[in-house]
Amino acid sequence: MADHHEHHAPTGWRRWLLSTNHKDIGSLYLWFSFAMFLVGGLLAMVIRAELMYPGMQVVDPDFFNQMTTTHGLIMVFGAVMPAFVGLANWMIPLMIGAPDMALPRMNNWSFWILPFAFAILIGSVLMSAFGPGNPPAPNFGWTFYAPLSTTYGPASTDFFILSVHLMGISSIMGAINVIVTVMNMRAPGMTMMKMPLFVWTWLITAFLLIAVMPVLAGAVTMMLTDRHFGTSFFDAAGGGDPVLFQHIFWFFGHPEVYIMILPAFGVVSAIIPTFARKPLFGYASMVYATASIALLSFVVWAHHMFTVGMPLAGMLFFMYMTMLISVPTGVKVFNWVATMWRGSLTFELPMKWSIAFVILFTIGGLSGLMLSITPVDFQYHDSYFVVAHFHYVLVSGAVFSMFAAVYYWLPKWTGVMYDKFWGEVHFWSSLISVNLLFFPMHFVGLAGMPRRYADYALQFADYNWWITIGAFWFGVSQLFLLWVLIKACFLKKGEKATDEVWEGADGLEWTVPSPAPFHTFDTPPVVK
Amino acid sequence: MQSTLFHRAATLLTTLMLSGVAAADWTERSDLNLRPGVTAVSQDVYNLHMIILGIVTLIGILVFALIMWSVFAHRKEKNPVPAKFHENVVLEVVWTVIPFFILIGMAIPATRVLINMEDTGDSELTVKVTGSQWRWHYEYLAYEDDNDINVGFFSDLATPPEVWQRPILSGGLFPVGSYQERVGEERVPLTRDNEDVFNYMIEVDNPLVIPAGQKVRFLITADDVIHSFWVPDFGWKKDAIPGFVNEAWTLVPEDQAGRTFRGQCAELCGRLHAFMPIEVKVKSQEDFAEWLAEQQAAAADGPDMTPFASVEEAMEMGKPIYDRSCAMCHGAQGQGQGMFPSFQQTAFMTDPDRIQDNIDILLRGRGAMPAFRAQLSPKEIAAVITYQRNAFGNETGDLIQPDDVQN
Repeated sequence: MADHHEHHAPTGWRRWLLSTNHKDIGSLYLWFSFAMFLVGGLLAMVIRAELMYPGMQVVDPDFFNQMTTTHGLIMVFGAVMPAFVGLANWMIPLMIGAPDMALPRMNNWSFWILPFAFAILIGSVLMSAFGPGNPPAPNFGWTFYAPLSTTYGPASTDFFILSVHLMGISSIMGAINVIVTVMNMRAPGMTMMKMPLFVWTWLITAFLLIAVMPVLAGAVTMMLTDRHFGTSFFDAAGGGDPVLFQHIFWFFGHPEVYIMILPAFGVVSAIIPTFARKPLFGYASMVYATASIALLSFVVWAHHMFTVGMPLAGMLFFMYMTMLISVPTGVKVFNWVATMWRGSLTFELPMKWSIAFVILFTIGGLSGLMLSITPVDFQYHDSYFVVAHFHYVLVSGAVFSMFAAVYYWLPKWTGVMYDKFWGEVHFWSSLISVNLLFFPMHFVGLAGMPRRYADYALQFADYNWWITIGAFWFGVSQLFLLWVLIKACFLKKGEKATDEVWEGADGLEWTVPSPAPFHTFDTPPVVK
Repeated sequence: MQSTLFHRAATLLTTLMLSGVAAADWTERSDLNLRPGVTAVSQDVYNLHMIILGIVTLIGILVFALIMWSVFAHRKEKNPVPAKFHENVVLEVVWTVIPFFILIGMAIPATRVLINMEDTGDSELTVKVTGSQWRWHYEYLAYEDDNDINVGFFSDLATPPEVWQRPILSGGLFPVGSYQERVGEERVPLTRDNEDVFNYMIEVDNPLVIPAGQKVRFLITADDVIHSFWVPDFGWKKDAIPGFVNEAWTLVPEDQAGRTFRGQCAELCGRLHAFMPIEVKVKSQEDFAEWLAEQQAAAADGPDMTPFASVEEAMEMGKPIYDRSCAMCHGAQGQGQGMFPSFQQTAFMTDPDRIQDNIDILLRGRGAMPAFRAQLSPKEIAAVITYQRNAFGNETGDLIQPDDVQN
């Protein structure tokens, strides 16, 4: 079909720079996010090397703060979010039977902003790392609380502000594109309640993005005017309010958490039924649960700031609302378990990653429920317990679901099956090391080690040594994935994939050839 | 430090086994679990933590058992034909409603504890706690009927910088300047069998002192950026925010008099966030009253303005102040680093015309350099400047007297 289009497909650098093809742009997003994952990982290695033993031995405490800050920013905005946007680009048109995304030129722009945004951010790190005496890179934590980031921020804070603005513009455009595509370009017969759950979760995520990215942009703009134009939004000395910053930041920040996890829910909801050979349990309740989580995410933000000294009524409200989120989240976990129940299970790599996701994400969810209890949160807050919690949710949650997605759809993208041996090595090596890395963080956190500490008291030494071993091991494990990807994407070596790829797979993406041709669904399929 | 993997594993297992033992001093061993602490509130918090930990552990075990059962019993070899069901209204309602009741069961005790923690009324001692980069300032405002105590002091990390500051690398990724010389330098071993460093990173020069058996109210604020006051044994932390005064309280039981409790700053506050610990000494009410009277008498005398007899006398007083307050940024040998200027034979420290400049900057701060007029007495400022101008190879012979230091 559509052979005449293939002739016009540009080649060389023009194919990528000027691309309006959802598959090429999806690939760009995915490779970009993987590169950022490795860069952010390298920064984490510096953090863990410093924390392996007590005493400052590798870097200066300020450089340590620059590492924690940029590690967080790069992983959130550079690795996890673009990875899911890349997945949306590739898969949403294929899943709903559309020929491309609705706004292809905007799609190109929203990707190509990102390398510039991150060049600015990483540039400030490189200047600081390779030029002693240069101003430090952003060193105020990824949450950039005022006044540490305003009155006391280094000169590079302005780079950071510009960079965050660019990331926000990119995300908003990506989100608009998803909404317009899903609303307008579904194949005939594909009603909303027939859409694959991945499409549903992304649709809801896109609304969250449009709602909160402008709030983040507002926060950094207020920082900019506080720093340079004499305003005092966050400066108590000028009548401003440092706590206002935290309210604004977390009004963005909490929905942001769900922006990073809802698409992951969609991914495992696609994979588990395939390898259980059984339809997804409770499709409708999954949709409602996703929507409830998204709505509740707007009324729980202050649980990140229980220690700022809120009125009692405020703390109680945010505690109850936060506890409530565990209900729809629990529904999702139960639905996945029920989908597996009495299925006919096989354990190819995507399924292995998905089961690991369900278990480890649940651990993160349960520690999240513990964190919602305000009086106990006074102890947990800003300790390594919190670090353990959000890494379970984000690494063994969001990142593992991305791995599951890559192994699941890679044969469709490249036409060849992934290298099973190195894929297995990647899985088991990551699974063991990720727990060695993050589980002991619960212990040091409960024992009283605050987060963002460049150095620590001696009673924390034992676990920190183990954590660092886990971190180095997990970091090295990701090189196996790099090899699997190079082999499939560039060397094109491996077993030839069929169109259906997986025995139990269901969905429009499996009706097109493997690898998926440059243009698909020029004539819309009919969904019964 | 050079212990083997085997040794590490053995230590880990031992701590795992010890984790059930009741609260010892914080530094004695690694904990696996939250500290029960020493106050009624911290015990409430601990109990709440244990209830919730129990509930989530049970839920986790249940869910993981179901998954594992499915993984083993419903694999393709054993169950070649999958079931077809994909919904069950009764089941779905049940697993939505039951968690709801579990949550209500958790919320009730949590609300009760929270209301109690927020009640700062009827306190007998009020201490104002001010965080700044990177030290705590304690001011005693009111004790029993005395509302005019006028006692206050700064509390700095007591671990000397040469013990913790052992960098291979400098501000960036490569050793430069004086750091190059220190590569491979002999280091103090940071292990827990070395008694010299037992309280490494959690010891201070002037601990906060509070009475046992009396309710202490803390008024918590900050001078520059946000800090957070956290003593785990009291069961809470509270942010210190510039422009805000937060309230919190503790009541340490009488049988705990004589003990020391330690804590740390818990909100990222810049370069030395990890280096502003909290140390609280709990005294019996008689000892506390006596201690407070001594402090009041010392404060009433006003600052000591007697001149130094010699450069040597001033240097002797100046060195410990330099090591405590200046060396973190300007280096133990005055070598400076990155944006922090060196004092080694620089014009700033040797030119006699710039003595007044030295005094002004110390009093009022400049750029990243904090102001010290509230923290150091005129005599201490004179001593530290005399030290700087005669140490590090400067040898100017300048002697600055307390009277030279005018606010």
